[in-house]
Amino acid sequence: MIFLGLLFAALTMSTFATVSAGPAHADEVGTDEYDYVLTGNVQFDQKPLDNVLITVEGAGYEASVETGVDGKWKVGVPEKATYTVTLDEDTLPKGVVVAKGGSVIEAEFALTKVKSVNFFLGEGTRTTVSFFDQFINRFVNGLNFGLLLALAAIGLSLIFGTTGLSNFAHAEMITFGALMTLLFSVTLGVPIWLAIIVAVALSAGLGWSLDAVIWKPLRRKGVGLIPLMIVSIGLSLALRYLFQIFVGGGTSQLPGSGLADLKFGPIRLSLIDLASMGISIVVLLAVSFFLLRTRIGKATRAVSDNPSLASASGIDVDGVIRIVWVLGGALAGLSGILWAYFRPGVSWDMGFQILLLVFAAVTLGGLGTAFGALIGSIIVGLFVELSTLWLPSDLKYVGALVVLILVLLLRPQGILGRKERIG
Amino acid sequence: MIDWGAIFSNAAVELISPTTAAYALAALGLAIHFGYTGLLNFGQAGFMALGAYGFAISTLSFGFPVWGAVLVGIGASVIFALILGIPTLRLRADYLAIVTIAAAEIVRLLFTTNTFQSLTGSANGLSGYKGGFAGLNPIPEGRYGFGPFEYNEYDWWLRIVAWSIVVLACLFTWQIMRSPWGRVIKGIREDEDAVRALGKNVYSYKMQSLILGGVFGTIAGMIFVLPRAVVPSNYQTSLTFFIYAILLLGGASTILGPVIGSMVFWVLLSFFSGFIARAVEAGWIPFMSSIQAGQLRFILVGVAIMLIVIFRPQGIFGNKKELAFVK
Amino acid sequence: MSNNTVPSGKPVKSTDLHLGEASPGCKKRDPILVADGVSRTFGGLKAVDVDHVEIPRGAITALIGPNGAGKTTLFNLLTGFDKPDTGSWTFEGRPLSGMPAFKVARMGQVRTFQLTKALGLLTVMDNMLLGAKGQAGENLFRAVFPFFWSKQEEANRVRALDILERFKLDTKKDDYAASLSGGQRKLLEMARALMSEPSLVMLDEPMAGVNPALTQSLLDHILNLKAEGMTVLFVEHDMHMVRHIADWVIVMAEGRVVAEGDPHEVMRNPAVIDAYLGQHHDEDLGEDPTAETEHVEAIKELLD
Repeated sequence: MIFLGLLFAALTMSTFATVSAGPAHADEVGTDEYDYVLTGNVQFDQKPLDNVLITVEGAGYEASVETGVDGKWKVGVPEKATYTVTLDEDTLPKGVVVAKGGSVIEAEFALTKVKSVNFFLGEGTRTTVSFFDQFINRFVNGLNFGLLLALAAIGLSLIFGTTGLSNFAHAEMITFGALMTLLFSVTLGVPIWLAIIVAVALSAGLGWSLDAVIWKPLRRKGVGLIPLMIVSIGLSLALRYLFQIFVGGGTSQLPGSGLADLKFGPIRLSLIDLASMGISIVVLLAVSFFLLRTRIGKATRAVSDNPSLASASGIDVDGVIRIVWVLGGALAGLSGILWAYFRPGVSWDMGFQILLLVFAAVTLGGLGTAFGALIGSIIVGLFVELSTLWLPSDLKYVGALVVLILVLLLRPQGILGRKERIG
Repeated sequence: MIDWGAIFSNAAVELISPTTAAYALAALGLAIHFGYTGLLNFGQAGFMALGAYGFAISTLSFGFPVWGAVLVGIGASVIFALILGIPTLRLRADYLAIVTIAAAEIVRLLFTTNTFQSLTGSANGLSGYKGGFAGLNPIPEGRYGFGPFEYNEYDWWLRIVAWSIVVLACLFTWQIMRSPWGRVIKGIREDEDAVRALGKNVYSYKMQSLILGGVFGTIAGMIFVLPRAVVPSNYQTSLTFFIYAILLLGGASTILGPVIGSMVFWVLLSFFSGFIARAVEAGWIPFMSSIQAGQLRFILVGVAIMLIVIFRPQGIFGNKKELAFVK
Repeated sequence: MSNNTVPSGKPVKSTDLHLGEASPGCKKRDPILVADGVSRTFGGLKAVDVDHVEIPRGAITALIGPNGAGKTTLFNLLTGFDKPDTGSWTFEGRPLSGMPAFKVARMGQVRTFQLTKALGLLTVMDNMLLGAKGQAGENLFRAVFPFFWSKQEEANRVRALDILERFKLDTKKDDYAASLSGGQRKLLEMARALMSEPSLVMLDEPMAGVNPALTQSLLDHILNLKAEGMTVLFVEHDMHMVRHIADWVIVMAEGRVVAEGDPHEVMRNPAVIDAYLGQHHDEDLGEDPTAETEHVEAIKELLD
């Protein structure tokens, strides 16, 4: 419930002053290092507001700044790209909120080196939503987030189970799905549903080729699990920056990401959110069916359980591993597309942003168990979203990671994991 | 067209830069963890952040003298190591990897959040904590040196202190690794159950190793922020990965590997960035912008990590049969 | 304990170790290790369920039984490498249950492993030195100053060389353990265990994977342990070896002790033959394929 009050938008085109070297001021960040400057003036009712936190993110760069006593802020940025500028509403005085246009603005440089970004503030309170309503909203959001994490986590877990590899490059498989959707839908103008299908197919292909080109030869060579993990870290780093070379550091939106929220009682969801949850549930059910009912799925679980035993009982372990990589790639790609709508936006390091959460989910559920990964993901998703009820939003990932450490302390084998037998 | 002189002198400067020293020391700490004990610590960035913030916060907010600030940083990292080690050192190696990487992220997020802005400066970080360290400088004001290695008294003081610490840390590590303590540590890397069966408290040794390598990382974190400001975004997971790259480059269970690895890493990186940037300017690589050229070096690091692990797992300086530099 | 000397070239057997009838769980004249009610389950499967067992001091005791009988699990439990669901046991009269593995080893109960755990990238000499007890230089702070430990190190080195000579590994002392053959690694593991001057040596399948040429020397080393006053408990499949060197045999099947006694008598015990045959009938799928032939051989031996 926001009461629109007085609006104010001060467009200050402060000319870029060459600041002498020295410690960064609270209201100016990176202006001596970089040529391009984002600037703005936060005022409400003609009065400047100080200590309001502004965060600038984009082009692989992240900075934040607080407004000075005059309400002004400046952030130097490395390149002429699109940046996401966020005003942290928690730092506004009581009774003031961002009224129109939201607290997140996409800023793009025009011809000059200076771009001003201003927020429309209004009177209002953000606490009018009852705690219960907020809780329900966060809960549904968390479920949505958890489901999309689960898509990635199941693939990661199956790969771990069948090959023993902790695949850090899973992050880039997530990003790849979103990037391909962006390429086909926005750049090539393919309808979005087709673009998503193509992107998921290509992601599956990426999984297959990573296995064929890198992992299978390394398995043949008998490389140990820890070196394999480090190889995946190197691969992750190389792919991530390769993506950045191609798409730049900015954030782009997929078609339909700006849809308005629909209201279901206290719950506010966009059509995209609903579709996202629906797709996740259908796909997760299909994967469960595959693992529980089909021959290949059963073989997969057998290999995951005990590769040498499975191999001795005539299962084609290499074939199963190939299927797991294809499936893992497709699921990660789909997860990336849904993540792009959830964030919202497609960027070169979006997969890496949630990689730790995916790992946390897999570990929580018990390394190598597919259904454990599903449960772990939903716990992580809910925890991340619900923790914002109590924690500042910039600490929301902290809660999930703390839970990970606590669970390991109490139940090291994870929720669905089994204790290992020695000797 | 291309100013080769500038490229080479920029690269040469990295040879003795305090940043190189900091990475070398952090990598030496990781050598103790990973190379000698076999612990997969992926949270070295967290230890470095604790050093940087411990030093800066205790100086700025509590007015501690230099030695006090250093002790605060070291104390923080010992506590951090205990928190990491207690739940995970009894578990499989990959759990430590996941927990350390998560804990380092927690540390970074806690330093970035606005909640503790008055202490940490949130995303802006901290500066203005160098007075105490500069005050200890016995070198008279002025510029010294030759060629590309010409610095003022603070920069020399910083380089001398940083590299002295690195040398001392190397001697210390060399000494303990040739002692019975080091033998137990290396035994744990090979097979911890065998060492346990011989009556050694493996858990305690792993903890000692985690703390020791972490303290090295913490001191490295302090050296790292003396030529610059404390900025939380420096402590992302990629920092740890870079240190791993250096360690693997030099040789994981060697004393000099991390140091030489750090020098090679920074000199090559500087040379490569300088060359690509100028080549782009000169129009040699028409399809690439200068920003893209800057990203190429990360790809290079990533590919280098993969190739070293696959084709030369003992690093440049370890030979395949004799993985340990010191026996 | 009384050692009745048996003439001829055969190893000297210790007899008269038990009190009363030689039955499962029978009392020993001088037990070094006594276990009570030890059980361990793995996901519903009872791997070990031992009511009472005593290991006689100063003798060589063999622990035999078909695959999956719980021998190695019992080993792991007794040495602190695994935690039992229930049970308690004492070593030299001191309670050991719940004690971590390293403390068990410090008390003088040292074990080896079925899959040899030579520390590959340490030299043979370093492997040996690692076995020595109470080293001052194993403390981080003293490690920095060699004068705290160099003398002790020298003494350990001399002792290690002496043991290595006996095991004919002295020429390899500067080689990496990884470069040794399988049999040599077994020898090294045993030699390393001796460095800690144990009173009870527990060997998990000392003959597995050993080149036949080395078998005799390994047997002699085990007999030497006894001659030096140590107690030996070993797990073994090779019946020849058991008959040759064991003074006492404990037979396990499905987690329980099913028979105990003198090696020649126990192998005529119908319960033992049953145990081996029963195992053969419901052979587990996916077990080591060599296991089956091993059993056939074992049964042949039992019957002859």
